[in-house]
Amino acid sequence: MVVRVQTADFDAGAEMAAMRRGNSKIGAIASFVGVVRDLNEGADVAEMTLEHYPGMTEKALEEIVGEAKARWEIYDALVVHRVGTLRPADQIVLVVVASAHRGEAFEACEFLMDYLKTRAPFWKKEKNPEGGRWVEARTADEAAADRWS
Amino acid sequence: MKADDSRIATIDVLYFARLREVFGRERERVELPGGVQDVASLTAWLRSRGEPWERELASGKPVRVAVNQDMAAPATPVGNGDEVAFFPPVTGG
Repeated sequence: MVVRVQTADFDAGAEMAAMRRGNSKIGAIASFVGVVRDLNEGADVAEMTLEHYPGMTEKALEEIVGEAKARWEIYDALVVHRVGTLRPADQIVLVVVASAHRGEAFEACEFLMDYLKTRAPFWKKEKNPEGGRWVEARTADEAAADRWS
Repeated sequence: MKADDSRIATIDVLYFARLREVFGRERERVELPGGVQDVASLTAWLRSRGEPWERELASGKPVRVAVNQDMAAPATPVGNGDEVAFFPPVTGG
């Protein structure tokens, strides 16, 4: 179970291959990659900056992964979240979950993303032709996280 | 550190994202004011300093608080040496 916060890009295929090699009991690996879009709420996004709370971010992600491990029979989980300046089509976040069967891997992966979006201290600021704009939290994300409680 | 310093209770207050910009600082060390014992009373004291705290930390504003890097509630205790962070609802992922 690993969480990483980094400015560098990531290679989802390489991460999944490494996870697979680590345990021959793994029968299913589910992954999610979040990507920067060029349009948000009608505004063109030229680039965005991701800010976080060093220390608390890692702690929050580890707690979320721990909760997934308590709820589902999973062998391994990885969360990688980028910070700093990102542009449209750049990767932002990677979640990978390995289990014996697909059901646990799919569910735990979705749970991790829903909780990450509402509990991990990251903030996005978009830069568009009009200037900078802090992205506002969406109630739909809260509702998605509430499904698991 | 002088012997007297140990009697002065201080906390570190951190601000992130939009609040960091509005308050023009990312952290400050404050002497724990008398009567401040939890997140609610700390927030009220910060508001009493006037604008922009009064406006930005007004009740009903979507502000989140963490004490020592754990999400906190109004009744979460705050004491000497604590790290208290104020920030908008998170938008990662």
